[in-house]
Amino acid sequence: MDFLVLSHVQKRFGDFVALEDVSLEVHRGEFLCLLGPSGCGKTTLLRIIAGLELQSAGTIVQAGRDISLLPPMERDYGIVFQSYALFPNLSVADNVAYGLVNRKVARAQRAARVAELLALVGLPDSGAKFPGQLSGGQQQRIAIARALATSPALLLLDEPLSALDARVRVRLRGEIRGLQQRLGVTTILVTHDQEEALTMADRIVVMKDGAIEQVGTPSDVYLRPATPFVADFVGKTNLLPAQRAGERRVQVGAQRFECEISATARDGAGLRIFFRPEDVVVRGVHGATPNSAAAVVEKIEFLGAYSRVTFRLNGIDQPLFADLSLNDMAEFHPRPGDTLRVSLPADRLRVFAAA
Amino acid sequence: MSQVAPGHPLSEGPARARRAMRMGVHWTDRVAHGLLILAGLALALFLLAPMAVILAKSVEDRAGEFVGLANFAQYFATPALLRSIWNSVWVSSLVTVLTLPLAFTFAYALTRSGIRWKTLLRNVALVPILAPSLLAAISFIFWFGNQGVLKPLMGEGQIYGAPGIVGSMVFATFPHALMILVTALSLTDARLYEAADSLGTSAARKFFTITVPGAKYGLISAAMVVFTYAISDFGIPKVIGGNFNMLATDIFKLVIGQQDFAKGAVVAIILLVPVAVTYGVDAYVQKRQSALLSARSVPYVPRRSRGFDWAMAVFCWTLALLMLAVLGMAIYASFVKLWPYNFSFSLDHYRLGLIDAGIFGAYLNSLHLAAWCATLGAAFIFATAYLLEKTRGLDAWRPFVRLMAVLPMGVPGMVLGLGYIFFFVPEGNPLHFIYGTMAILVLITVVHYYSSSHLTAVTALKQIDNEFEAVSASLRVPFWRTFFRVTVPVCLPAMLDISRYLFVNAMTTVSAVVFLYSPRTMLASVAIVNLDEAGDIGPAAAMASLIVVTSALVCGLYYFAQAWLDKRTQAWRH
Repeated sequence: MDFLVLSHVQKRFGDFVALEDVSLEVHRGEFLCLLGPSGCGKTTLLRIIAGLELQSAGTIVQAGRDISLLPPMERDYGIVFQSYALFPNLSVADNVAYGLVNRKVARAQRAARVAELLALVGLPDSGAKFPGQLSGGQQQRIAIARALATSPALLLLDEPLSALDARVRVRLRGEIRGLQQRLGVTTILVTHDQEEALTMADRIVVMKDGAIEQVGTPSDVYLRPATPFVADFVGKTNLLPAQRAGERRVQVGAQRFECEISATARDGAGLRIFFRPEDVVVRGVHGATPNSAAAVVEKIEFLGAYSRVTFRLNGIDQPLFADLSLNDMAEFHPRPGDTLRVSLPADRLRVFAAA
Repeated sequence: MSQVAPGHPLSEGPARARRAMRMGVHWTDRVAHGLLILAGLALALFLLAPMAVILAKSVEDRAGEFVGLANFAQYFATPALLRSIWNSVWVSSLVTVLTLPLAFTFAYALTRSGIRWKTLLRNVALVPILAPSLLAAISFIFWFGNQGVLKPLMGEGQIYGAPGIVGSMVFATFPHALMILVTALSLTDARLYEAADSLGTSAARKFFTITVPGAKYGLISAAMVVFTYAISDFGIPKVIGGNFNMLATDIFKLVIGQQDFAKGAVVAIILLVPVAVTYGVDAYVQKRQSALLSARSVPYVPRRSRGFDWAMAVFCWTLALLMLAVLGMAIYASFVKLWPYNFSFSLDHYRLGLIDAGIFGAYLNSLHLAAWCATLGAAFIFATAYLLEKTRGLDAWRPFVRLMAVLPMGVPGMVLGLGYIFFFVPEGNPLHFIYGTMAILVLITVVHYYSSSHLTAVTALKQIDNEFEAVSASLRVPFWRTFFRVTVPVCLPAMLDISRYLFVNAMTTVSAVVFLYSPRTMLASVAIVNLDEAGDIGPAAAMASLIVVTSALVCGLYYFAQAWLDKRTQAWRH
């Protein structure tokens, strides 16, 4: 049985539905990310798991115990907030020991545990300092140490990195992930940053308007988005309206492309096709290459390791994007106004029913 | 989920779900709920019940029979009493109209000019807060009274009556308006002025398009505070009013002089009306202002400008000297042997007038009262604000406690005091035993000054991270541990503020306690009223001076405590 099971969890604030009908299983020891735009209900869901909000309906079972109605004090979790919520007047060591003091742990044992945790988060000598004397990233690590001190079975992280600057954020991502893997503690992280979710999670739960859009591994979510929303929210995407025009064929504007289509869509039915900028191929494309067309280059943005080329295909109104590697750029050196032959490989095109 | 079957009321679904879902309550949360219920009941008992009894009394005759609105009819048929309403309204309006421009100009000089000695000027201007309001009245008598130093300036007129009341009230209300206006003017965003400058805007246009709109809510709020203060003050019209009657003095005369409780209750209710109106306006304005505060603004740094700074300096120093003249006269007169015949220095008013006359005990009683209010009162107010803001559950009860906490602001001291008599004097009340004790004085003083203290506490609590309690619960640490280990240390500066505010007000208040003291619990501020009534204006001045000096010393102590605390905690405070 899964470690944490949420069944039909709903939350309403008056007439506003914050969570529609959320069911979710979290495996023991996994790192789960709740990902979505602001207002999608991800933080509400985390707070319900923590007992800080009460769901309007539904049940939550943790380690076989129904915790749906238990107050926070009777649940088993550690939590880290975006604001860190470190006690400013207590030293770092006292902050980390805060939950231990109440459990009547012997003084020497407590000190050893604090030292162990501070070493674990890579700040072994900061015990005597006050939180205000540490950087944001260091404070965040102390907050994690405090949450882990009592060895909770579940670690909840509410946008823990969003208040930090970009460089620290990237480093802490790796550190938190490493720590979680070493300890094996089941972890749920709330974030609106898709890159954070893709790099840290074992599985990602993409949410929108209080409902789950997709649950899957990072590569699932990135490569096989279940809905147009997921495709658009995770990574950069080209999303085009299309019609079915045969068994393995869609019509997009004046262009026709080959691709896999699920059987349910009728001929002429409204569809949407989706492909990522990096799926666009320019190397070795010629007139006979399937799914190829002449692209007119409109704009080129240099982004370091690759360049993003904005282009148009004949008969399609909206601009499209292709990411070309430095090698491709060196070989084809496209300029605005140039025409370039591109192809969209059939196995990279995904088709959704029209919204 | 979003579809609703026809004929199926929309509200039924959520309501059913709510009934089904009820979070378990941990026993430590039950402790918090218990304490919050107790706090709410205490406020109901010592605020709501006395006010309710006033309402009841106003519709009863002397024998306690229900007479409907007969008392009101009778009141409105008495021209002498009706005149008091008019007197109260026009005097308070005049005080507001006079105080506001003075305080605004002073605040403008403090925030927008390059004058020197701003801190000193500000402290001088705040001195009236340390004195009982009637100190100004006593001082005006020494300056302009029948035997006053500047009596000739009065010509045919005399200071007793409206002129003295208005003058004294302007002095007493000035610092209250000043504090609000300084805050309001400090909030303006410097970037607005920079933008205006870059567009070549004239100084006058900047003043009327940026400064005044920015301080608008502050001006309205200050006007309401001054008006409320003036209309509910008792000490000033009592001392310098002569035959000029106002609502607050009417209550006193009706209740103490004529023992006409029913009519006293009627006047109390009439006095509640204008206060309730201004209170409502102020509450509305404050709500609007909080939206302005959230903007991230750049503080304004005044530029030096010779002519303007000179004008402002002259204005401020003139006002400061006038205030010192009012304060100084009372202190000076307290050391004069026999006014106006023998101006030699003497301690007679202190020695003979206070100590030998057995009135010095009143001063000690005031110290007692102030100490209790500053400790127990401050602790109760802060703890209740904490329970309200930081604990969870008991959602239906919280709005009531919150209302009880802000309601005292709208109740004049005389009205509250009258309610206490009505409620605690009858022998049938199980709490009758506190009547005539120090306890009832502590209770009424804390309740009377509850709202400002509560709001200070709430502001401080709102500034600390909202998730401390959530983190503590996740670590299974009971809330009281976090309260004592984190919340109290972090909020200590605000707690000291509350404590000092209660101490000073307990020393100076008259209106709330004038009905409630007993011979054993006579207070210094009330003793001034009695001494003045007996014609002992010298000892009255001595007692007023003692209060001012004590308040000032205590403020100094708090200042040093605050500085010491800052130093001790600067490792973690930024």
